Amino acid sequence: MDNILSLSAVELGAAIKRGEVTSVEATRAVLDRIAAVEDRYHCYVTVVEETAMRRAAEVQAKINSGELTGPLAGVPVAIKDNMCTTGVLTTCSSRILNNFIPTFSSTAVENLEKAGAVMIGKTNMDEFAMGSTTETSAYGVTKNPWNPEHVPGGSSGGSAAAVAAEECFYALGSDTGGSIRQPASFCGVVGMKPTYGTVSRYGLIAYGSSLDQIGPLCKDVTDCATILETIAGHDPKDSTSVKTETDFTTALVNDVKGLKIGIPRDYFGEGLDPEVRDSVMRAAKLLEEKGAILEEFDLSLVEYAIPTYYTIAAAEASSNLERFDGVKYGYRTADYNGLHNMYKKTRSEGFGPEVKRRIMLGSFVLSSGYYDAYYLKALKVKALIKKAFDDAFARYDLIIGPAAPTTAPKLGQSLQDPIKMYLGDIYTISVNLAGLPGITVPCGVSREGLPIGVQMIGDCFREKTLIRAAYTYEQARGSYVRPGKEA
Amino acid sequence: MSRQYETVIGLEVHVELATATKIFCGCSTAFGGEPNTHTCPVCTGMPGSLPVLNKQVVEYAMAVGIATNCTITQNCKFDRKNYFYPDNPQNYQISQLYLPICRDGGVEIETEEGGRKTVRIHEIHMEEDAGKLIHDEWGDCSLVDYNRSGVPLIEIVSEPDMRSADEVIAYLEKLRLIIQYLGASDCKLQEGSMRADVNLSVREVGSEKFGTRTEMKNLNSFKAIHRAIEHERNRQIDLLEEGKEVIQETRRWDDTKEYSYAMRSKEDAQDYRYFPDPDLVPVMISDEWLAEVRSRQPEFRTEKMARYKAEFDLPDYDIDIITGSKRMADLFEETTALCNQPKKVSNWLMVETLRLLKENNMEPEDIHFSPENLAKLIRLTDSKAINSSVAKEVFEAIFQEDVDPEAYVEEKGLKTVHDEGALRAAVERVIADNPQSVEDYHNGKEKAIGFLVGQTMRAMQGKADPSMINQVLRELL
Repeated sequence: MDNILSLSAVELGAAIKRGEVTSVEATRAVLDRIAAVEDRYHCYVTVVEETAMRRAAEVQAKINSGELTGPLAGVPVAIKDNMCTTGVLTTCSSRILNNFIPTFSSTAVENLEKAGAVMIGKTNMDEFAMGSTTETSAYGVTKNPWNPEHVPGGSSGGSAAAVAAEECFYALGSDTGGSIRQPASFCGVVGMKPTYGTVSRYGLIAYGSSLDQIGPLCKDVTDCATILETIAGHDPKDSTSVKTETDFTTALVNDVKGLKIGIPRDYFGEGLDPEVRDSVMRAAKLLEEKGAILEEFDLSLVEYAIPTYYTIAAAEASSNLERFDGVKYGYRTADYNGLHNMYKKTRSEGFGPEVKRRIMLGSFVLSSGYYDAYYLKALKVKALIKKAFDDAFARYDLIIGPAAPTTAPKLGQSLQDPIKMYLGDIYTISVNLAGLPGITVPCGVSREGLPIGVQMIGDCFREKTLIRAAYTYEQARGSYVRPGKEA
Repeated sequence: MSRQYETVIGLEVHVELATATKIFCGCSTAFGGEPNTHTCPVCTGMPGSLPVLNKQVVEYAMAVGIATNCTITQNCKFDRKNYFYPDNPQNYQISQLYLPICRDGGVEIETEEGGRKTVRIHEIHMEEDAGKLIHDEWGDCSLVDYNRSGVPLIEIVSEPDMRSADEVIAYLEKLRLIIQYLGASDCKLQEGSMRADVNLSVREVGSEKFGTRTEMKNLNSFKAIHRAIEHERNRQIDLLEEGKEVIQETRRWDDTKEYSYAMRSKEDAQDYRYFPDPDLVPVMISDEWLAEVRSRQPEFRTEKMARYKAEFDLPDYDIDIITGSKRMADLFEETTALCNQPKKVSNWLMVETLRLLKENNMEPEDIHFSPENLAKLIRLTDSKAINSSVAKEVFEAIFQEDVDPEAYVEEKGLKTVHDEGALRAAVERVIADNPQSVEDYHNGKEKAIGFLVGQTMRAMQGKADPSMINQVLRELL
């Protein structure tokens, strides 16, 4: 087989089962591809070549013996570097975890491994998932495979770019404020953040615990539903994980007749690139042509989402990141004088500027005398935002809009102006605040040659509605410039 | 000292709960394992690990709250208390600040004057214990053992309702007894499964306003608590008498030196940046769950005392001592159930057991002999198989090593010799060897017979029945 790399994950899984290609060949092909293009894109922090080849042979033997029969058996996968993987360096793209090798794997990764996945490596990300460009990584910048002068988005930029550059067949990312959906949009791939509680967070190194969710980055909606079905499920090790139905592939149905879709006017106002607006509106119209009912409405409170998000996420992060102190694992400063000096120097040297900014912000909003005015107020606004969505979902089956106001910015632009970077999250973060599922599907390419994604947002635990609409759209849209065929 | 001062004391009592596993993971809570052997990613704060609440912890906390007349918060939450220290692997402790599980309770204590007063309980909250730091005195380093990290605690916070060291001890004894009766903890101060921090201030008698308080830590026994309170009261009064101010601070008690020193003042007080732990969902306690825990509450001391009186007709003094310890009460009931001799069981507990506890510097909770063996011992004495002095000797062996008294008596050859011929021969020899005593006896000195009984017992190597010796002696004299 000579076009292995252009297959989707499910297509490859089927081809392996038909005996047209082996897991070993597919893994070799991906590793060769990495060797060829990784210098250009830098999607990975760690590639586990030998382990992957060994694992591919083991998995192939189990497929041959009929022990592994799932759709993803034998398919190589990339994992964002904030998910623990037994025996494999897990850095969160931070210097402070430059030597951290976990003794356990995250539940999502374990679920994939049970299904016969072959892990290729760990993908680059914004440090501790704090950023929207993958430029805050301590291990170098990832570049957009569509145009290496542009960012891949973030924080799951390594995962999105690896899928787009065919350096893996699919990847896992995590989404706290758009970190799957935005890079998926920027890299022209499908990305989904499930409802909070659908995928176990056990083993995901926390950024904002009440907002974090693991989800797939992949080539099409069929892959997305299949991966989600594999990683989702109640986990007794995560108190916030939920018992819910996970038969997502049953929603791969080409039919949206009668589906009521809300278009929030608030998502199409000032600041939105006209090219992105037109592309997303065309996607909505296509669904209308397939029988969906479109209606514009006012979601409200959108402008409060960003301050609310940065208050809550930073507060939780300031506490979650306290454990990185140089005592038990990770980086420790070379010279120090006593415990407090060790803490101070380790954390000063170990964390990058964006992480420090958010730790300071988070510590401030939790400090005594400010807690009520900031943190508590943010929780109240969060509840109001959830209510605004509840009202919307009383009328609509899903909401459609852009994933980001622009296409991928040029490298270096966002770091100059963090506020502008924060504003770029405007269409994605309310979804995390409300705990809702959201999916991004490629819907066009800008004149500049950069991909544009359309975001669909569903009510809690209505992933199947999203998958059905996204699948129908994908079928109607027809062939997309397959990611990886860079301009 | 012309002015009269009143001491105002409130307590923060930490109690380690007797669960088999830790509060947020499945690791063992057993005391004394090799360092870092009862640990996992959760209780060592590894990245990516998540806490899952142990239901038994909630039930114990509810049970203590119910027994101390608290209101149970049916929708309670856990909060993170953030501070950096190496014994705290996440650098935050999971505790409860905003919605503790129990509030507004109280227990009644007896005062020195024989009256009664209520010490109010402000709240009881659940939290995790920290690990243990071991400072290497030779190497320039500290080591940390996370076996204790994540062991469940409840903290019982009283109102400042106590006015003397005696009231504090009475309150602590009351709490300890309630918790022991519930089986929620063994409450051993020495081993740290019960720890009390004393908040103390003084004020002039009649004053409405509280004085500035200090918090005293590291109190490992009731005696230490008593001494520390006396010492701190005097220290504060001395300061005020000298026209100085009491500084709000945390102090550490050194019981060997009978002295306390300041650890940190209010100015150094940390901002713990409490906020609800997003990794844990709120604990919803349904009416049914609450009712279920309530229905499982055991018989407490007052009810037990009344029952012992009615059922066993024991003297009040015995009842008071036996019900004063859950271990004693359990032993009493279990042994009585086996031998149906309540007064005899009570005697063994009241006399020999208490004596041996005192001699060995032990608490009733340290008793480890089984009711079966005490019951057997009572049966051996009832059947006159052994005499009372032998029985005491056997009991010591039971107390120390929980030996089976039947096997022990057999093995050591301690059975009473009921062979009248042998006894008669011994008595005859004693009479022949002690003419003076015999004469004394005949001259009406009753005491002399005691001596002759003793001599006979010695000749019989202690294995005779004393009443039988007495009878034979009087016959032959």
